[in-house]
Amino acid sequence: MNANVATAPAHVFEKRRTVARTREARAVWLFRAVTYSVLFCGLFVFGTIFVRGSAAVFQTSFPFINVGFFTEAPESLHVFEFDGAAMQMGDREFREFRETHNLGTTRVESYVYSAGGIFPNIIGTLLLVAGSMTIALGLGVAAAIYLSEYSAQSRFIQSIRLSILNLAGVPSVVFGLFGFGLFVLFAPVIGSEPVANVLSLRMWPLSLYLNFTGWNVSLIAGWFTLAFMVLPVVITASEEALRSVPKGFREGSLALGATKWQSIRTNVLPYALPGILTSSILGIARVAGETAPIMFTAAYVVRDKLPWEGLEHWYDILFQGVMALPYHIYVVSSKIPQNEYTERVQYGTAFVFLAIVALVALSSVLLRNKLRGAYRW
Amino acid sequence: MKLMSEPTSSTSEPVTRSDRVTTAADPKGNASAKPSPHRNLIEVDHVDFCYGSNHTLFDVTLGIPEKKVTAFIGPSGCGKSTLLRCFNRMNDLIDGARIVKGEIRIHDVNIHRHEVDVIELRKRVGMVFQKSNPFPKSIYENITYGLRIAGVNNKVRLDEVVEKSLRGAALWDEVKDRLHTSGLGLSGGQQQRLCIARTIAVEPDIILMDEPCSALDPIATAKVEELIHDLKRDYTIVIVTHNMQQAARVSDRTAFFYLGRLIEYDVTRKIFMNPSNPQTEAYVSGRFG
Repeated sequence: MNANVATAPAHVFEKRRTVARTREARAVWLFRAVTYSVLFCGLFVFGTIFVRGSAAVFQTSFPFINVGFFTEAPESLHVFEFDGAAMQMGDREFREFRETHNLGTTRVESYVYSAGGIFPNIIGTLLLVAGSMTIALGLGVAAAIYLSEYSAQSRFIQSIRLSILNLAGVPSVVFGLFGFGLFVLFAPVIGSEPVANVLSLRMWPLSLYLNFTGWNVSLIAGWFTLAFMVLPVVITASEEALRSVPKGFREGSLALGATKWQSIRTNVLPYALPGILTSSILGIARVAGETAPIMFTAAYVVRDKLPWEGLEHWYDILFQGVMALPYHIYVVSSKIPQNEYTERVQYGTAFVFLAIVALVALSSVLLRNKLRGAYRW
Repeated sequence: MKLMSEPTSSTSEPVTRSDRVTTAADPKGNASAKPSPHRNLIEVDHVDFCYGSNHTLFDVTLGIPEKKVTAFIGPSGCGKSTLLRCFNRMNDLIDGARIVKGEIRIHDVNIHRHEVDVIELRKRVGMVFQKSNPFPKSIYENITYGLRIAGVNNKVRLDEVVEKSLRGAALWDEVKDRLHTSGLGLSGGQQQRLCIARTIAVEPDIILMDEPCSALDPIATAKVEELIHDLKRDYTIVIVTHNMQQAARVSDRTAFFYLGRLIEYDVTRKIFMNPSNPQTEAYVSGRFG
C-alpha cells in the first residue's frame, strides 16, 4: 500500500520525465555551452590584448594613462646602461641625454618603433574611417533606394543584387590592388594644363583639364577603396531597413499627392535611418581594421608630417597619405625584428585600436537610439 | 459644376422619378446603369481590369453622382476595392495591374491618359484606407503633410487649415490642446478621423473610402458615419463596405458587385427594399456573403 501511495501522481498535470523533455534539456545545455565557449574565446582575445597592452597604455603614476603613447609619433627605443642603471629612452630624449652626459663606449641597443606613441596612426585611422563611411553611406543608401523603391523587380535587377553580394566576398587584398590600379594610378585630377603621356580631357567650355594621372597614395584613394569594400554591407542593410517601413506610409503619402521621391524623403527614409545606422556599425569595424586595402592606397609606414601640416591649399589634405593603426601593427609585428619591446608596442596599438572601434561603435549606437526615439512608429 | 439642382434625396423620402437610376440587363446579363439626367463626376465606361493574368473586373459601367455618397457592396473578392483604387490610380503601384478595356472619366477626362498628371489627380481624389495609417509625426504635421509637399509653407495658412480640417473631421475638440503630440497616440477611431482630416486638408473633390470602419468599434463607427453624412455637403464620397447595414445607413446610391461584375446599381432604398435582381436580393437578405 505504501508503494502505491508513493507512485500515484499528486495531480493530473504533474510533470513526467519524457524522451522529448530529456532531449530538450540536452539541446539547451548544448546551446548554452556553445554560447559560453564563443564568449570565452572573445574574452580570451580581448583579455590578452588588454593585459599585455596595458604595459604600454597605462602607467603607475598619475595620470595613470601613458599620455605620451597617445600624443607622440613613433620613435626608436634606445636601451643602454649608465652608472649601473638600465635606461630606456626614445630618440629625442636620448639625443638630449647624449649631449649632457658622456656615454663613452657604453653599448646602446636601438629598437625601431618601440618608443614614442601612435598619435599619427590614430589620426590616420580616424580620418580614413570618417571619410570612407561617409562615402559608403552616401553611395549605399542611394543605391538601396533605387533598388528597392524605383527599379522594376526584374531578373536584371536581381542579378545586380547578386553581384553586389558577391562584392562582399572579394578578398581585401584584391580591393587594395583595385584601388591601386584605379585610384592611385588612374583617377582624374583637375588641372589648368593637359599633362603629357596621360589621358587628358578638356572640361568644355572651361579651360580646365581632367588629367588622369591618379591620386597617388592619399587619403582620398583610401577613402574610395575602403568605401567600395564596405558597400555591399551598407546596401544590403539599407534595403532591409527600407523594406521594413510599412507600405501604408508610402500609400498614405502618395494618396495625398506626393511624388515618389517626396514620399520616400519625408515618410520612409527617416524611419529607415536607425536600421541603416545599426548595420553601418559593422561596416565601421571592418573599415577601421583592414590593412591590405590601405597598404596600397593610403598608408605610409612612417611619415613625419601630420596630414594637415605643410599644405598649400586646403584641398591638398585629400592628397596626403597617412599612417594607420592596423598597418602599424603589421609593420611592428612582421617587418622588424621581434623582442620584448616591440611586443609591448604591438599589444598597446591593438588595445588602442579596439578601444577606438568600440568608442565609434558606441557613439553610433547612441545616435541610433536617439533617432529611434524621434522616429518611432 | 452642377448643372441642375437635384431634389434632396435622403433615403427616408419617397423615390421621385427625376433621381431614379434605371438598371437594365444587357444580353450578357450584366447590369449597366443609364446615367441620370444630372452630371456624374466619375464615369466608368465598360471597364475591364486585370491584375497580370488575373481578370478581376468585367465590363463595369456606372456613374458616380456629385456630392452624394455612393456605396459599393458585395462579398470578398468581388472587385469593389479594385475599382475604387482605379479612381485615384493607386493600382499603378502594383506591377501588372491595368485597365485592359474601357475608360474611367473624372471631370470628363480619361484619367489613364498619358498627359494626365497623377499627382494632380491624387490631390483631387483623396483616399482613406481600411487600416488607418497616421504617419508617426505629430497631429499637426500629419494634417499639414499634403499642403507642405505641395509647397505651402505659410504658418498662418497651415494653422487655419489644421483647425478647419480637424473641425471638419469632428476631431478638433478632442485634440486641440495636443496638436504637437504624436498621431499614433490616438485611439483607433480618432486615428481614422485624423486620416479623414488629413485627406480633406488638401480640399479634394472626391473622397474614396476603402472600408474605413472595418477596424473600428461600434461607437467609433457611428462617429465616422455621422462624419460622412456631414462631409457629403462638400465632397463626393465613394465608400466600399462589407457592412450592408452601414451602406443602408450612409449612402444615397448603392452598387452591388459579384465576382467582378456589376449586378445592380440604384438608389439605396431600392436596392435594400425592392431589388430588381434576384442575386442582389439574396445578398442583401443575408443568404450569402
